Amino acid sequence: MAGYILRRLLQAIPVLLGTTFLIYFMVFAMPGDPLLALFGDKTPSPALLESLRQQYHLDQPFIIQYFLYLGGIFHGDFGTSFSGEPVADILARTFPVTIRLAIMALIIEFVGGVLIGLVSGLRKGKLFDASALVVSLIFISLPIFVIAFVAQFIFGIQLGWARTTVSSGAPIQDLILPAFVLASITFAQIVRLTRASVIETQSLDFVRTAYGKGLSRRRIIPVHILRNSLIPVVTYAATDFGVLLVGATVTEGIFNVPGVGRTLYQAIVRGEGPTVVSFVTVMVLIYLVVNLVVDLLYGLLDPRIRYVK
Amino acid sequence: MPAFCTGGKLKIRRYGIGAIALVAASALALSGCASGSSTSTSASSSAVITANGSEPQNPLIPTNTNETGGGKILDSLFAGLVYYDATGKPVNDVADSITTDDAQTYTIKIKSGEKFTNGDPVTSSSFVDAWNYGANAANTQLNQSWFSIIQGFDETNPQTSLSGLKVVDDTTFTVTLTEPLSDFPLRLGYSAYYPLPKEAFDDMAAYGQNPIGNGPYKLASADAWKHNEQISLVANSDYTGGRKPVNGGVTFKFYASEDAAYADLLGGNLDILDSIPAASLANYKADLGDRAVNQPAAIFQSFTIPASLAHFGNNQEGQLRRAALSMAINRPEITKVIFQDTRTPASDFTSPVIDGWSDSLTGADVLTYNPDKAKALWAQADAISPWSGTFQIGYNSDSSHQVWVDAVSNSIKNTLGIDASGAPYPTFAEFRTAVTSGAITTAFRTGWQADYPGLYNFLQPLYATNASSNDGKYSSAEFDKILAQGASETDAAAANSDFQKAQEVLLKDLPAIPLWYANVTGGYADTVSNVQFGWNSVPLYYEVTKS
Repeated sequence: MAGYILRRLLQAIPVLLGTTFLIYFMVFAMPGDPLLALFGDKTPSPALLESLRQQYHLDQPFIIQYFLYLGGIFHGDFGTSFSGEPVADILARTFPVTIRLAIMALIIEFVGGVLIGLVSGLRKGKLFDASALVVSLIFISLPIFVIAFVAQFIFGIQLGWARTTVSSGAPIQDLILPAFVLASITFAQIVRLTRASVIETQSLDFVRTAYGKGLSRRRIIPVHILRNSLIPVVTYAATDFGVLLVGATVTEGIFNVPGVGRTLYQAIVRGEGPTVVSFVTVMVLIYLVVNLVVDLLYGLLDPRIRYVK
Repeated sequence: MPAFCTGGKLKIRRYGIGAIALVAASALALSGCASGSSTSTSASSSAVITANGSEPQNPLIPTNTNETGGGKILDSLFAGLVYYDATGKPVNDVADSITTDDAQTYTIKIKSGEKFTNGDPVTSSSFVDAWNYGANAANTQLNQSWFSIIQGFDETNPQTSLSGLKVVDDTTFTVTLTEPLSDFPLRLGYSAYYPLPKEAFDDMAAYGQNPIGNGPYKLASADAWKHNEQISLVANSDYTGGRKPVNGGVTFKFYASEDAAYADLLGGNLDILDSIPAASLANYKADLGDRAVNQPAAIFQSFTIPASLAHFGNNQEGQLRRAALSMAINRPEITKVIFQDTRTPASDFTSPVIDGWSDSLTGADVLTYNPDKAKALWAQADAISPWSGTFQIGYNSDSSHQVWVDAVSNSIKNTLGIDASGAPYPTFAEFRTAVTSGAITTAFRTGWQADYPGLYNFLQPLYATNASSNDGKYSSAEFDKILAQGASETDAAAANSDFQKAQEVLLKDLPAIPLWYANVTGGYADTVSNVQFGWNSVPLYYEVTKS
């Protein structure tokens, strides 16, 4: 087990190096001079532009820029944004916000999705199951920005139950509405997955045995059916956590959440290489860790899966 | 502040019209539930107003801030020699008097007893040191060019002081310019000319995160600037100038998209918004009633046809074609249909909020839609050299330019019967790189937002020979001469009359085709009153009362 984890972590190093190189190259290859855009519709003097280029190492060839950046990382220096803020500070400020939002969304979609999926699976073909199917189809087919705008309009502006956007510091109560919106993307998937899994488990021998032993439904459903149905759902939700962390750009934009997605988008638009690469690097790292955790979870949930060298 | 409103604005791309339609549908269903909070308390002098802003792109240093996000914060934190009232008229702020005999050497006296919020006195050195810092090439300040008019300026070689700046005593200093410039006193309200306290020079990087000023407001605390979230300012009780706040402070909330800010205004989380998102232009008047603002601003929009384009040289054919294009554009219809009357058709090269603007310049009829004459002029040009190809207008498609570029192209196409279309560039950076490097081979959109309320600011940088933002490489000896004459007048009215004459040259040559002036669109919540927008589209926060 420990050897397996170590090997996986070692594998992450070339992946990380490769992604930073690729991302840095892509930012570098973006056409247009980001420094010119700093001046709006005005044109700066060539001398000023030249000294700004030197300041941000933009006058160096790509490979030197990349190694300057990489060298900085080993000293704990991720570079600075155009506004003079160290990128490390931006990372430390935005990731906790997005992680908080992602955890809230994950709890909402998992608890809600599993409950509805379980009831649907137990009452296959009944009215509840059919309604859940219709509702989940609606959520699957709606793009997230539609859900976000409508939720913001109804709950924020019309009813006044939630703040229209997230206030400074991103407190939990402000994040509830964005978390529900974010959860709605995968909520429907979890319902479908749980339902299918519950239906399958119900017909298995050990469930029939449990009924045959005379156990009550109150014991069979949570202990025998639900627990064994959760294996695919848990692993799906864990992978989804990674998606939620890196894919919240649209939601963060609409609700003005000062998190990773919004900041990264702004950095891409402004052409701030160090910010973009650092963010993506951390995202890749999170993705790798989450994937490792998912693989380990399989083993914990299903004793039949073992990791060998 | 500078030109960002016309294209450099960075914002989250807009999603779906469908979403808006859906929202509108639910609005009908739910409008019965709208709850209005009743406010009965009277205005309080300690209430803090909230206003929209955007994360400053640069550290908050006056000589290094050239965009609106940081600019409106600096204008609240600092008091310069003069400030501009709502109409754009300069009023002495720290200055006691600014005098000159020849429009080239100025003697500036400042009020004594003024203080920075750390207790340091504001002296003539506070200004001179700050200006020397901004001019010094070693400091690579984005506003460096603002000091190029002062004697001794050197763009490339670092130097610690300008020979044209002399401290006479604690409250007097003199400024010698490289050549006469009648509008120099008018420029002094721009943020590049703000004073700096001594401690700023010890560690400019730290100062830029936590600036100390002498203006109507100061930072609420040492960590008042929460990056990407907001910045909190409170009233500065030591400020003695004409912008004394009647409220307790301003909190600028940073938005990545205008739509989020607008939702906050409707949701009661924002007091003042100075820009309505394009998607809400159709309904913001209905949403806000008499709290909606739509007034002209100091923003001029045009498209430039470089003289290097075939058929558009600085000769008879070029002039005929430019005039024909200009007359082929139905400006009133486009501003009405596409911009919901938030643009005003142009009648000159400046803006109606600027002193000296005129709608009756000789030759201004070239800006009037006249399809018959446009066709006739185009035919005359064809007689000189037949037209072939497509007329294209370059623009950046990461901002909402496509709609009007298409409309203008269609107007040209339908009137003149030639092929016309837009030529999009994916990002603003790419567009500006193509324009400034001269690689662009089409006409391209141009815009200008004034830095200070003067005609000269709309003319010299854009059309003078070899001027910094003369992207079309226009050059006219006649225009240069009249412009220089206006700059050397000591009487403002005489200067403006010269600047109007200079524009009459432009109306003949049409280096850029004037389209329209942008309005400032905004709104405010029912919790605030006495909201007035200044000449530069920024609300006068210090006048706003909140209950």
